[in-house]
Amino acid sequence: MKELSELVFGKDVRYSDDHEWASASGETLKIGVSDYAQDQMGDIVYVELPEVGDTFAKGDEFGSLESVKAVSELFLPVGGEVVAINEALEDEPELINQDPYTNWIIEIKPSDASELEQLLTEDAYRELLKG
Amino acid sequence: MNENKTPGASGLIMNEPLLWEKGKKGRCGMCVPKSDVPEANFPEALQGEGPDFPDLSEVDVVRHYTRLSQWNFGVDTGMYPLGSCTMKYNPKINERVAATPALAAAHPMLADEHVQGNLQLMYELQEYLGAITGLPAVTVQPAAGAHGELTGMLIFAAYHKSRGSKRTKILIPDTAHGTNPASAALCGYKPIPVKSGKNGILDAQTIADVMDEETAGIMVTNPNTLGLFETNIRQIAEVVHAKGGLVYGDGANLNAVMGIIDAAKCGVDVMHLNLHKTFSTPHGGGGPGAGPVCVTAELEKFLPTPRAVKDGDQFKLEYDCPDSVGRVHGFHGNFGVLVRAYSYIRTMGPDLKKASQFAVLSAAYIKERLKGTLKLAYNMPCMHECVFSDEWQQEDKITTLDIAKRLIDYGYHPPTIYFPLVVHGAIMIEPTETECKEDIDQFIDTVKKIVQESKDNPELLRNAPVRSKMRRLDEIQAARRPCLCG
Repeated sequence: MKELSELVFGKDVRYSDDHEWASASGETLKIGVSDYAQDQMGDIVYVELPEVGDTFAKGDEFGSLESVKAVSELFLPVGGEVVAINEALEDEPELINQDPYTNWIIEIKPSDASELEQLLTEDAYRELLKG
Repeated sequence: MNENKTPGASGLIMNEPLLWEKGKKGRCGMCVPKSDVPEANFPEALQGEGPDFPDLSEVDVVRHYTRLSQWNFGVDTGMYPLGSCTMKYNPKINERVAATPALAAAHPMLADEHVQGNLQLMYELQEYLGAITGLPAVTVQPAAGAHGELTGMLIFAAYHKSRGSKRTKILIPDTAHGTNPASAALCGYKPIPVKSGKNGILDAQTIADVMDEETAGIMVTNPNTLGLFETNIRQIAEVVHAKGGLVYGDGANLNAVMGIIDAAKCGVDVMHLNLHKTFSTPHGGGGPGAGPVCVTAELEKFLPTPRAVKDGDQFKLEYDCPDSVGRVHGFHGNFGVLVRAYSYIRTMGPDLKKASQFAVLSAAYIKERLKGTLKLAYNMPCMHECVFSDEWQQEDKITTLDIAKRLIDYGYHPPTIYFPLVVHGAIMIEPTETECKEDIDQFIDTVKKIVQESKDNPELLRNAPVRSKMRRLDEIQAARRPCLCG
């Protein structure tokens, strides 16, 4: 398990209390999980993804990650409609362990873009991890 | 501790290929006498390739399965302290009773008057389980714990429907068994997770905050998966009942409280029991299970049919129950398992209660003796299992998995690990009442020795197991790219 000093943080991303991240790319947001989340889960063996067109509110469960230890639900940090899913994860779930920021999980069109601003900054997220 | 005294040692283990890789065309196990009737033509439409069975001699087959059995670790081999699973010893008299031809060979379609003994056994088992739980009406049909939960949820749904009440949600604490949400969801209920309090048990106020008239009720595992008794269960039941809901008691942990608590008085309306846990019938790969469901008199009419009933001096199967949720299993459930549980209850008699007392004592003893070695998840009186974590081993970068694997080298089946999920790196130990003090002491000493090794020579743990037939398996690849063909 990584120490706080060993954790990697994403570029231009905001975090939720549940260790998901969101990052703006034009009109849409990419969603993934933090390095802390993948490190805690251990080797991920299956990613359950939603379907394109599904709509979720902020905080809704949109999928799950399964590691050899447990299944963890994924909660959407910003509400919206799924416009793309990262299909590569279906065959190679380990991509999330390798680089949790490049390997986003879903892309959404936010219903309220201002929700992104309500998420934690890197500094605030570091504070959360310190506990 | 003298290492030679632990059960683990190395010995010669035979390799064994798949049956398809053994044998030779034309070899056979037994010869059938030559047919003395003329051959008849088989209709062409029914002809085709036969199944792909290997040609083997009898000794090929016997050695194959004997060798596979030697790779196994069962409760007949050694201590199996798998938390949440109650891997108690299965007394052999139960097997003997279950093998009695009059019981084992009875066809399930025989008329009631020809199987009075079997029906009497089912009826009396229902009565005993009703007496043990305080919930008088019982079905023995469900085939396992989760099946009992599903049956219980069907009863919840039937009850609410009978009152014209439409409910969509169900409360599930984070210390409930993992199958509970799935069982409820199968009945169309949306599981609402409820967080346990700081000390690992539920707070009645937390339930009051979320319980409403759209919620069918709550599923509580008591003792919960942390091995702690839900002391607020009565208040919780009052809150749920006040809003018209029902209380489901997951009885998988009954081994802590058998004959000690009365579920009905705790406010529980429906409860399943795992005969393959508490009532010593074989568990896991050892055979099918049974998950009888016990309910209050008010809910009796919703139980699955048929049920064994007593009519004067006669026993019969009662099918005429218009409010019943219907059948949940073919014929009468896993009858052979029912026989074993019946045998267990009859042979134990009044000592059933002692089984629970010793189960709790064993776990409490382990908790006290290991709490300076491994971090206790909750420093509270435990029931039949205790939960530790690997928090103190993190500085040596040793995980729960490493400790579990090292236990294999010393001849123990590892405890449950990484469950319950609310404890990070959980190690859940359930010794059961069937381990004697000497064996429990030896287990404790072994855990202490392993934790000492984690400081002095952590590689011993990281490389473990070294004495087993297979070394540490790549469970990640096994999950990501499983090989499912023989």
